[in-house]
Amino acid sequence: MSPQDNQSTSVAASTTPTASESASARKVSRTEVRGRVWKQLPLLLGLVVLWGVLWGQFSWLNILTGFLVAIAVTRVLYLPPADISGRLNLWYSLVFIAHFIADVTVASFTVAFQALNPRPIPTSSVIAVQLRTRSDFVMTLDAIAMSLVPGSIVVEVDRERAILYFHTFDTTTAAAVEAMRAKVLVVEARIVRAIGSKDDLARIYETEATR
Amino acid sequence: MILDSILDILTGVFLLLGGFLSVAAGVGLIRFPDAIARLHATTKPQILGLAFILLAIALQERQVSTILLLIFLLIFQMITAPVSAHMIARAGYRGGIIAPRSLLVDELEQAIDAAPEFDDTERASE
Repeated sequence: MSPQDNQSTSVAASTTPTASESASARKVSRTEVRGRVWKQLPLLLGLVVLWGVLWGQFSWLNILTGFLVAIAVTRVLYLPPADISGRLNLWYSLVFIAHFIADVTVASFTVAFQALNPRPIPTSSVIAVQLRTRSDFVMTLDAIAMSLVPGSIVVEVDRERAILYFHTFDTTTAAAVEAMRAKVLVVEARIVRAIGSKDDLARIYETEATR
Repeated sequence: MILDSILDILTGVFLLLGGFLSVAAGVGLIRFPDAIARLHATTKPQILGLAFILLAIALQERQVSTILLLIFLLIFQMITAPVSAHMIARAGYRGGIIAPRSLLVDELEQAIDAAPEFDDTERASE
């Protein structure tokens, strides 16, 4: 960070802008760096905890080497930063998780009984669901949540238009197809309420008001 | 003493539930008609089955380090299973493994039909 700062000040000195300009430029870069560090921190801490868990103990040496490994891993295997809104509503996160556990439990037993049921296997469908979010992160979470709930698998993703294509099990009627589509949107709304951006929230409320 | 026996009973129940879901996943793998339908049977009940078995382990080994390890196990399973399921489903759909007649509606096919064929025009311009 300090070499960059030195560079920016030397560049600023050579092109001789006003002092306030160079100061504001430095401030922006600093808050940017700070924002990036904040976004990286949860991932970094998670990796350190994972490292400690894999060793089975949390000694100072483990925590230190954990940090080194975590930094090395995030440097070497660099992933484009997830576009996280930074908003987190704890209550709605809990609501989402509770609903999610209930959904997984109910649907797991449903599919298990369908597998064991001697009657013929019900018909499936491939449905397109137009999401309202503009966030890749929310879209991914929605896809994962729906994939973990039995009865739906993501077949294709249209990122540009925010459309998820699901293969849905046991959709023998048009009503069942619509119910599944509504289900995906409900899960999306729950995720947006928990972690979505304000834009996404407004969009969700808008469509729910018109419905 | 009473607490221990209650925990033992709970452990047994969870193990049985986990075993049941895993067996059902295996049966579904054989019975379901095509690749994607089989994914429904294998990825889903099996994850809850694993969760039940991990719960049973957690009840017996009540230590923070063990429980943390189990949580990570479950998290990684929950992250990777949908990804692999998606990759297989996508390949299965594109490869035409799923029988179109087995579907009630196929909105992806409609979308593909409606979309302009980028690949062909690109190839023609090259």
